[in-house]
Amino acid sequence: METYDLTAMELRAVNEALQTKGDGSNQSYEVINPRGSHAIAVGLNAPIEVTVKGSTGYYCAGMNQQATVNVTGSAGPGVAENMMSGKVVINGDASQYAGATAHGGLLVIKGNASSRCGISMKGVDIVVHGNIGHMSAFMAQSGNLVVLGNAGDALGDSLYEAHIFVRGEVKSLGADCIQKEMRPEHVETLKELLKQAEADAEPNEFRRYGSARQLYNFDIDNAGDY
Amino acid sequence: MCGIVGLFLKDKALQPELGGLLTDMLVTMSDRGPDSAGIAVYRGADDGFVKITLQSANPDQDFENLESELNADVVRIDTHAIVSCPADQTEAVLERISESPHLRIMSTGDAIEIYKEVGLPNSVAERFDIPQLQGSHGIGHTRMATESAVTTLGAHPFSTGPDQCLVHNGSLSNHNSLRRRLARQGVNVKTQNDTEVAAAYLTWKMQNGCDLGEALEAGISDLDGFYTFVVGTRDGFGVLRDPIACKPAVLAETGQYVAFGSEYRALVNLPGIEKANVWEPEPATVYFWEH
Repeated sequence: METYDLTAMELRAVNEALQTKGDGSNQSYEVINPRGSHAIAVGLNAPIEVTVKGSTGYYCAGMNQQATVNVTGSAGPGVAENMMSGKVVINGDASQYAGATAHGGLLVIKGNASSRCGISMKGVDIVVHGNIGHMSAFMAQSGNLVVLGNAGDALGDSLYEAHIFVRGEVKSLGADCIQKEMRPEHVETLKELLKQAEADAEPNEFRRYGSARQLYNFDIDNAGDY
Repeated sequence: MCGIVGLFLKDKALQPELGGLLTDMLVTMSDRGPDSAGIAVYRGADDGFVKITLQSANPDQDFENLESELNADVVRIDTHAIVSCPADQTEAVLERISESPHLRIMSTGDAIEIYKEVGLPNSVAERFDIPQLQGSHGIGHTRMATESAVTTLGAHPFSTGPDQCLVHNGSLSNHNSLRRRLARQGVNVKTQNDTEVAAAYLTWKMQNGCDLGEALEAGISDLDGFYTFVVGTRDGFGVLRDPIACKPAVLAETGQYVAFGSEYRALVNLPGIEKANVWEPEPATVYFWEH
């Protein structure tokens, strides 16, 4: 396994080395001494596996495609922002807007996620083993947000077609977000995501939330909710 | 942006290192704010002396005969001077200071000293020899100016009451109306800066019977805008984020200290950080530690 030490190498050099790994490399790499640095392992585009040993700052694993990125510590704001595919696993906690605007792939947070988790998500699957903060899944368009713990205020505000599954308590729902029936296809999706995220939970422990679709077209009676 | 750091020492053995640790933390945050930097340090609270931190744009001229003019001990450091006097002489010394309009009072109190200037954290730390400062707790700030001009007086921390100080990441949207409201109560805010209004508001609340926790709680409804605040008092250290909590904040606690950083990378050189309890403070929740 190749190791990149961020105390010995510039961040750009480490990212460039990881970004230029070929499709066929299928290799594992290790980044050590991240010390909260920003933008570690961003823009990867090959089926490689990168383990970051420690905690990261802003935007770790942003724009990821194909790669698997593991962070052994916690992640700062905007982890896996705009991910397209691949898998990002945070063993500690994640700061605000984890998985923001991400189009695909799987983001697993083994600790808690902060506010705005999955904001404007566009197809990513996010599994949080702990709790999520306020305004999570705000304007979420598609994909699944699975939370084993509790959700903060205004969950799913102005939601489009993303699915939200929560096992614990929801402090409050945002505008146009409602609890919905858990149908067999949702149970199947949830079962698969829990398995991929190594989460110890059963689908029947969760409640599903989605859009009431009342804000899709302008209605003067909803003016207060826009 | 703006970068904030804070360190509240539980273990007295670390006190000689306070200035060095804080400087290292603040320099790491330099790219969050290049405009000005400042540090408040608390030390010597129980020595019976009151300290007044003065600043002057023309220190060679204004500080030349300061000791005799004020009839108090003066330690001059660059553009700042720390004036010390027995507590019962404070009013008289402040009266004499008010006769010199060029002298600006940065802070007054049993323990607080404030050093702030335009420039990057490393230059400010070097000018005032911050790494050598010992103390029980301290707060640092590096500023990216939004609501008022880049000047020494617009730099953080702001101190508006004895041993109180406040630093801020964010911007307040109702500071002008609040400034007028405070003026009607006889509270004088010296600059056009939004953070000074917040500091004056908290001081005013505390003068009217609130403790710091209650003053901060009241601020959640009276202060509109974005903020992560770190506050210092004679014996304490507090943190408050607005209900939206966009402005970043990380807290770390060990048996030896409580540390605050705008980002985790500000904390990575602290002793024992690997085993610290590290978390993000909740929105609209007051955190406070006291000696």
